[in-house]
Amino acid sequence: MRKFTQVDSHVCPLDRANVDTDLIIPKQFLKSIARTGFGPNLFDGLRYLDEGQPGMDVSSRPVNPDFVLNFPQYAGSEILLSRENFGCGSSREHAPWALEDYGFRVIIAPSFADIFYNNCFKNALLPVVLTAEQVDRLFDLAASGEPVQLTVSLENQTVSLGDGTQWSFEVNDFRKYCLINGLDDIGITLQDADAIRAFETKHQQQSPWLF
Amino acid sequence: MAGKTLYDKLWESHLVQTRDDGTALIYIDRHLLHEVTSPQAFEGLRLAKRLPWRLNANLATPDHNVPTSQKERSAGNAGIVDPVSLIQVQTLDDNCEEFGITEFAIDDIRQGIVHVVGPEQGATLPGMTVVCGDSHTSTHGAFGALAHGIGTSEVEHVLATQCLIQRKMDNMLVSVDGELGAGVTAKDVVLYIIGVLGTAGGNGCAIEFGGSVIHSLSMESRMTICNMAIEAGARAGMVAVDEITIDYVKGRPFAPKGDDWDRAVSQWRHLVSDVDARFDKVVRISAADIVPQVTWGTSPEMVVGIDGCVPDPAAAADEGKAAAIRSALVYMGLSAGQKMTDITLDRVFIGSCTNSRIEDLRAAAQVVRGKRIAATIKEALVVPGSGLVKQQAEAEGLHHIFIAAGLQWREPGCSMCLAMNADKLGAGEHCASTSNRNFESRQGYGGRTHLVSPAMAAAAAISGHFVDIREVQNHA
Ligand code: SF4
Repeated sequence: MRKFTQVDSHVCPLDRANVDTDLIIPKQFLKSIARTGFGPNLFDGLRYLDEGQPGMDVSSRPVNPDFVLNFPQYAGSEILLSRENFGCGSSREHAPWALEDYGFRVIIAPSFADIFYNNCFKNALLPVVLTAEQVDRLFDLAASGEPVQLTVSLENQTVSLGDGTQWSFEVNDFRKYCLINGLDDIGITLQDADAIRAFETKHQQQSPWLF
Repeated sequence: MAGKTLYDKLWESHLVQTRDDGTALIYIDRHLLHEVTSPQAFEGLRLAKRLPWRLNANLATPDHNVPTSQKERSAGNAGIVDPVSLIQVQTLDDNCEEFGITEFAIDDIRQGIVHVVGPEQGATLPGMTVVCGDSHTSTHGAFGALAHGIGTSEVEHVLATQCLIQRKMDNMLVSVDGELGAGVTAKDVVLYIIGVLGTAGGNGCAIEFGGSVIHSLSMESRMTICNMAIEAGARAGMVAVDEITIDYVKGRPFAPKGDDWDRAVSQWRHLVSDVDARFDKVVRISAADIVPQVTWGTSPEMVVGIDGCVPDPAAAADEGKAAAIRSALVYMGLSAGQKMTDITLDRVFIGSCTNSRIEDLRAAAQVVRGKRIAATIKEALVVPGSGLVKQQAEAEGLHHIFIAAGLQWREPGCSMCLAMNADKLGAGEHCASTSNRNFESRQGYGGRTHLVSPAMAAAAAISGHFVDIREVQNHA
């Protein structure tokens, strides 16, 4: 997994609550058996004016000029800003894959759905929970028209604005460690294989019908 | 010291190790797999040259994009017309064969929606930890199990290590007490609960559903309720074990037998929250307040009673809510104040892991028996949850009732719940659906979904618009 330390980027504001995983990546794209290549279809239903299908050449599709991802000033943004309960809906990891493949590294929202939040960390994507007031402030800044430039440091657990404002955010130590070091958590878990085997033996004695 | 909740007990009995930062390694007893979220996990195993930790913990079946027409299904995989779906289904077969995982393939009578198949086979047992790369895994919590959806990286993690890295969730109790009115089903109860909690109300929680109503429900109804825990934001929903649970499990193919059975039952009887257990949140609901429910919007929390109206954004609590209502109304093509019974329908879908078990099909059949669907209904699908449910329904003659009424009797799978196969809504079409998600385009691009119980969907098929099932049943 790609290592994550710090991201400096302007923000792409997606002013919408309850952005669900079907919006992030519609199900017709779930038919792929690969992990990559979902970026062009991120927010497909919102980005394009026609119905997308896997394998379609997106460059010839009509784009929705009213959708923020298509605004030229947000091109190349690595930080997506959104409202509460981001990523609700299905467990599809295609959602973080699509966000990551598109080029986002950080999602900022006042709250996230549990499974999505968890899936982000497996894919070098950092979900940052800020308070509703802080998120409001960022949306207000974005609405003023000027690009909102942020520095998100995982090491320091801070989001810094150009004007010197700095906010801190919470992140679990283990997840932080894995993300910073780009570690695959299967390898880490297998370091505890003996503990798993010992548990399994005891569990089997207690409840043999489970085996 | 306070007693333990059911969730506390399940958590503790599967705890391999706690790390300093509060994350824990949890042992997984049952891992269910389907074709959509597993291919990348198997690929990961191959790339890292890893093998599954314990083969017989895994059980697989294709469900999400199998076709449901008899024509396509009669030829097994070869009958799948959509080449992309075929690749996924075939890849699951190939992976299961390569790694030695038990699979109920497309032409196996035991094939079906993974959340119907597990309980039906007794592969879901009380006291288990159950995971699957699908958010509706919460269904299995109905058995007093700890069950939740996981992402594909976690599918790979479980395959390779038989464990999951987790943080303990908070305990929430949703207690439904009193007596349900006539025509009010488990689906109405859970839609009502989601309306009360909101789609994020259960975030970070494991919900235990309790109270006299829940304990009077059948296992199938309890599964309907736990199935939609995720729509209230909770990864896991669960119900304590009682005689109804034990009776349901007894004799199923994967259930323990002989001495093991007796030992298992005596353990399972402890799978209840202690009387002095402490919950972080408690929500009490009075059954008398619940009428048959219908969703009007694009999120399961956008729900009202059948005797209600589409809400007015002007009456919303805050501007955020008003904006959400406005955009949902535009998408759904509805106007504020419209009566729910005035919403006309184009299609009807009876199926999905929420409502495709035998009791659901019986309830729907009872409503349509001897009647005809409205001329304005373009299509009404009945899709059983598994090959065995289909077989049972046919043994009871339910398929004849559906077909005579003009509904289509299909082969098992997820079907129009998420429209990955050919079963879809057209843009702008309204559908009465027994599934669990009414998100934009969930059932087809531009499609408009209304979530309801099987009886309400069946009644809507007959009338062509929503009707209060209580009135239909009174006149029957
Ligand atoms: S029936 Fe619907 S919700 Fe259930 S597993 Fe299939 S797609 Fe998911």
